Order: sequence, then C-alpha cells, then structure tokens
Amino acid sequence: MVRMLQYAGQAIVYAAVAAFIGYFASRPLYQQFPDGQAQIKLSFAHGAARTRECRRLTPQEIAKLPPNQRRPNTCDRARVDMHVQLDLDGEVIYDARLPPTGLAGDGPARVYKKFVVPAGPHTLIARLRDTREATGFNYETRRDVELAPGQNLAVDFKADAGGFIFQ
Amino acid sequence: MEILRAPLRFVFDRAERLLGLVFPPHWNPMLNLGALGFFFYWIITVSGIYIYIFFDTGVTRAYESVAYMTHDQWYAAGIMRSLHRYASDGLIVVMLLHIAREFALDRYRGVRWFSWITGVPVLVMVYVAGITGYWLVWDRLAQYVAIVTTEWLDRLPIFGEPIARNFLSPANLESRFFTLMVFMHIAIPLIALILLWIHLQRVSKPRINPPRGLAIGTLASLLALSLVHPALSQGPADLAKVVGPVGLDWFYLPLYPLLENWPGPVTWGGAGALLLMFCAIPWLPPLRKPPVASVDLPNCNGCMRCFNDCPYNAISMRVRSDGLPFEREAVVEPSLCVSCGICAGACPTATPFRRASELVSGIDLPDMRVAELREEIETRCAFRKGEPRILIFGCDHGVSLRGVDGASVKSISLRCAGQLPPSFIDYVLSKRLADGVVLTGCAENSCHARYGIQWTDARLARERDPMLRARVPRDRIRVLWAGRAGRRGLDALLRQFAHDLSELSSDASPVHTPDTRERPKELVNG
Ligand code: HEM
Ligand code: SF4
Ligand code: SF4
Repeated sequence: MVRMLQYAGQAIVYAAVAAFIGYFASRPLYQQFPDGQAQIKLSFAHGAARTRECRRLTPQEIAKLPPNQRRPNTCDRARVDMHVQLDLDGEVIYDARLPPTGLAGDGPARVYKKFVVPAGPHTLIARLRDTREATGFNYETRRDVELAPGQNLAVDFKADAGGFIFQ
Repeated sequence: MEILRAPLRFVFDRAERLLGLVFPPHWNPMLNLGALGFFFYWIITVSGIYIYIFFDTGVTRAYESVAYMTHDQWYAAGIMRSLHRYASDGLIVVMLLHIAREFALDRYRGVRWFSWITGVPVLVMVYVAGITGYWLVWDRLAQYVAIVTTEWLDRLPIFGEPIARNFLSPANLESRFFTLMVFMHIAIPLIALILLWIHLQRVSKPRINPPRGLAIGTLASLLALSLVHPALSQGPADLAKVVGPVGLDWFYLPLYPLLENWPGPVTWGGAGALLLMFCAIPWLPPLRKPPVASVDLPNCNGCMRCFNDCPYNAISMRVRSDGLPFEREAVVEPSLCVSCGICAGACPTATPFRRASELVSGIDLPDMRVAELREEIETRCAFRKGEPRILIFGCDHGVSLRGVDGASVKSISLRCAGQLPPSFIDYVLSKRLADGVVLTGCAENSCHARYGIQWTDARLARERDPMLRARVPRDRIRVLWAGRAGRRGLDALLRQFAHDLSELSSDASPVHTPDTRERPKELVNG
C-alpha cells in the first residue's frame, strides 16, 4: 500500500516536471515586433573611394623599392567615409557618415539599421555618396512601396548591380 | 558567499526531503542530478542520430524534412524529435540544479576548483548546442534565433560584412551559414562530452548512471510528454516578413529578448562579466584548506583500503620505498586531497585498542588524528550515572549538533562520518564508555565527501573493510543520514534511542570503568 502510494507520488512528480518542461519549451509567446507595423532594414557593406587617386611612381621612386616590390603605381589604402541617407515620405530618417572598417581604414564601410514604420503606402529615397566629394550623392534611388503589416523590406546596395536594391 | 549558500542549501535540503517522501533514497532525483544530466545526454544522442537520418541539411529543404518527421512519421521520427527537444530542456534543468547544488553544498572550492572550472565550458557549449539546434528547424523561431544571434555577434566589431546580412532578405539567404550551424550542432556536443570526461577526472567512481528506477521513470515521462505534447515547428521561416509573436524555448533562450533590445556594450560586457565571475567563483573566497592527509609509512602495510575508499583519487599505491616487507605503500597527492579523513577511517592500523604501541594511523589528517579522537572520546564520555549514555559522532556537514550535549548525551564532531574507523564504535561499546552510539551525517547520497556515508554503511553492515566486528551489539548503534535540516529528526531519534537502551538488559549499563583495558586485539594486517 505504502509502495503504491509512493509510486503514485513519483508519478505526480514526473508529471509536474514534464508539464513544466513541456510548457516552457515554447510558451509563453514572446512578441517584440508591434502589430500593424512593418520593418525597413537598411543594410550593406561597401568600399568607398580611396582617400587619394592612384598615381604613377617616378622611375627614381621605383628604383628605391626592393626589387620584388617594384610596381608602376602607388595607391593609398585608406578609404573615405561613406555618406548614407534614407528618406521616408519626405523626412530624413537616417543620415550618417560611415567610416571604413579595418585597422588601416581600408575595409568597406557597413550599415545595418532597422526602422519600424506603419504599414501602408510609403515613398522611400535612398542616397549614397562614396566619392571624395564633400557634398551631394552619387547614388539615389526612389521607390514607392506598399508595406503590408509584418513585412520586412530590405534596402540593399550593390555597386555592380547599379545601386540600391529594394526587396 | 555563505550568505548565498546557506539559504540555497536550506532549499535543497527541503526539496530533497520532500522528494524523499515518494522516492526511495537512492532514486531521489536531487541526489542524481549529474547522473540525470548524462542520462539526458544519451537520450539526446540516440534521438539525434535517428532524426538526422531524415533531416535535409539544405536550408531550403530543412523545414519540410522536419515537418515530414513530425506529421508523416510521427510515431517514430516525430517522437524522437520530441525526445530530442525535451531531453535537451531536461538537461538544462538538471545542469542548472547540479551547479546550484554543488555550490550550495560548498563542493566547488579548494581542490574541487577543477570540477567547477571544467564545468564552465560545458555549460556554455550546452547552450550553444541548443541554440544551433533551434536554428536547424528553419522555422520562424529559427529565423528569430538566426537574426538575433547574428545581430548580436555583429555588435562586436570584428566582422567585415555584418553576418546578419545573411538573413536580410530571401535573396540573401545562403546554405553556407546553415551548413556551418549543422556542423556546429554535431561538433559542439561531442567536444562537450570530452570535456565532461575531463570534468570527472578528479572524482573517483563518479555516478554517471542514474539508478534504474529513476532512469525508467524519467524516460517514461519524456515519452509521455512527447506523445501528449509533441515538439512542433512554428511555420516556415520567411525573411520577407518580420518574425512577430514566437514561442521561445525559455530554457535555452531566456536572454534573447535582452540580447535583442539592450545595447551591445551592455550585453557583451554583461556576458563577459558573468563568465568571468563564474570562473572566479571557486576563489570567492578561496577555501582555507585544512592540512591534507599524510601517510605514516612505518604504520602502513600497503593494504590499499585507503586507496579504494578515497573519493577524490588522491591516493596512489607505489612500490615500497622503506624496506619493510610489504609490496606497496600509500602516497597522497596533496593537490587532490579534500581532507575528508575517509582514508583514516579505512586504515586497519587506526584502531583505538592499540595500547602496546602508540596509536598512529597509517594515514591520517594531521590536524585531527585518530589518537586525538580516542582521547576526546575518553574525556567526553564522562556521563552522569543513571540514564542511558549516548555518544554521537557527527559529521560537520550533517545535522547541526549545537546544544545537543547534556548530562546523558555527548557529541564529537568529525570531518566526515567516514573518518570514523568502525573499531572506535567497538571501543566505545565494549569499554562501556557509553551505552549507545549515534552516527550522523549528510543526507544519504549527498555526502559532502561523496562516499563517506556509503562506505560507513557498508563497514557497519560488514560488507566492506574495515568491518565493524561481529561482536558489537547492533541494537546499540543508530545512524541518521539527514543533512543540515535533520535536527528535529535527531532529537526524536535520541529520545527513542534512550528509551530503547533503557529497555535493553541491565548488564549493559554498568559503570564507567576506564581501567579495564584490553590487550590490542586488532593488529596491523600482514
Ligand atoms: C551537462 C552538464 C554536466 C554534467 C552531466 C555533470 C555531471 C557531473 C557528475 C556526474 C559529477 C560527479 C558527481 C558525483 O558522482 O558525486 C559532477 C561533479 C561536479 N560538477 Fe558537474 N556536470 C555538468 C556540468 C557542470 C557545471 C556546468 C558545473 C559548474 C560550473 C559543474 C560542477 C561540478 C562540480 C563542482 C562537481 C564536483 C563535486 C565534488 O567534488 O564532489 N558541473 N558533475
Ligand atoms: S582525506 Fe579524503 S580526499 Fe584526502 S586522501 Fe584521505 S580520503 Fe582522499
Ligand atoms: S589503509 Fe592504511 S595501511 Fe592500508 S594502504 Fe592505506 S595507509 Fe597503508
């Protein structure tokens, strides 16, 4: 009798632990993203122009280099900052000058930004300057979008593909 | 730290005793946490191998292959999948309890730092294994995990291109990263297993298998859970959408909402600080180490009992070095010894009947020698005449003995119950220094020195050397393995024991005659 009661007690312990594990393995639900909103994710990595144009080395300069390192041109490795702007319905929601990565400042600049916006129609303009100019943008793409609730719109940039990509 | 340990220990004592109401002592889950961890590990391994057969390791097909297991083959692969998930959750539960318990019982400092430190990378790896596991399903939860994890990694300025860009849009998704996750999910648990083997190097005879009854119950309950509430996916991942409400596994991912929302310096700084603190715990503050056991060669006959009983592999048997006609001698490795004294309790030369020669044990704790123990017994056993006289040998880690001493009850404290050579009980009773002897210690299976209680029980039951001599009347001995919280039980036991002793024949309660000393009967073996 005591034995049976013990087994029953064990069953209760096992059931309680199993219920605990079963429940917390997937509940309570977690919601970070607000209902009825959509997300714009602006992200890319891009190498801006070098700080100075490459130039030809003079014959004297070439002669001074060790023989196995002789080359006709010299280029600065460092890159300029990249200037990125995102404009939503006529308002600038992101405006940043992004420095190059890498210890020598020679890596691509990178951006990874998320914006939560109400679902519905929007006009987006993405702008980028990757040159040594001080002002203006050499890439600009305008896109009218209809964002569904919960949609994730990626704004990417690929110079070889001609500029900004909305997907 | 004692401020933290004491309440935690109280909670564990309580939980242990509550579970003790329905589980037989050796089945008590609280006393088998490490073993349960291994048991879950095996379930995870077997179920993992099975579901890997049906798993498609390409990111585009992974989801469907998992859905096939759950829906089309629910009776086998589906159950295996659920077992895989729930055993992993169970592993977290028992692992965290195991850590908390070793901490509460103060079994992580001193020479035990090794077990603690080797546990830390295991802890991290178990989490990484779980996180990569959720990644493989490639459902909405996987998408959440992938994005939050990579965004968090990107907060460290070490990657040229943000790795979270892999999950920017459906067009960016590649199998490359996914394949890496599949690889990690298999490799990391294997590495963790090797580390677990190292984790156990400094404890002898580790309990890595739960008792059969507990194993059956655990497996049965996981199976029942898998049938009643199978593990499900949460809809296919879709990078064109945000994740929205998602069911997190709160055992593995409780910090994900924080990783997502708190700034990088806080989460990375916090993670680093936490890890550092975890590694430093064994020295916060360091244990003031009592002197370790030392061998007295002229008294060691190389019988190997101490070697067999040491719970921490601190004794090795070497070739005899002093010319005595024995094959071996015991040698203590100080960096492994926890000063529990179990070896002294095992040594055949530690017999209080020795009067011809000085009482020196072959192996002993320098600050708590068996000779001092004999002296203490003789001074403590000055009882008032009349009532049955009871002598308690209490382990420091067991029931509190504060205030227990009275006219007819005296107590002597030990490092571990296993420190007491059984011949001392014989000595007390045959010399009639007391009418009854009580041994107290930690709760069964939770001995601070791991094997003190088990060996003591076996010595008293005459199953293990050194055995209690057959002539010792068993009805004059009581043991109470009850841990810190067992004081009420001790008081009750003392009342009952006094009553029982007074019922025993009167020839057994003579006056204290310390002069009727016998010649030594138990001589050094060999
Ligand atoms: C999957 C994870 C783990 C498993 C399966 C496991 C298993 C075990 C086992 C079987 C023992 C031996 C228990 C005995 O026989 O007395 C042990 C001891 C120990 N474990 Fe773990 N362990 C795990 C993780 C950890 C972690 C993460 C820590 C701490 C950070 C830890 C700290 C300790 C300590 C300090 C001891 C030594 C106890 C003593 O010296 O008496 N363990 N573990
Ligand atoms: S005191 Fe304990 S740990 Fe040290 S050698 Fe003796 S039995 Fe081993
Ligand atoms: S138990 Fe005593 S006699 Fe036997 S090997 Fe150990 S120290 Fe030597």
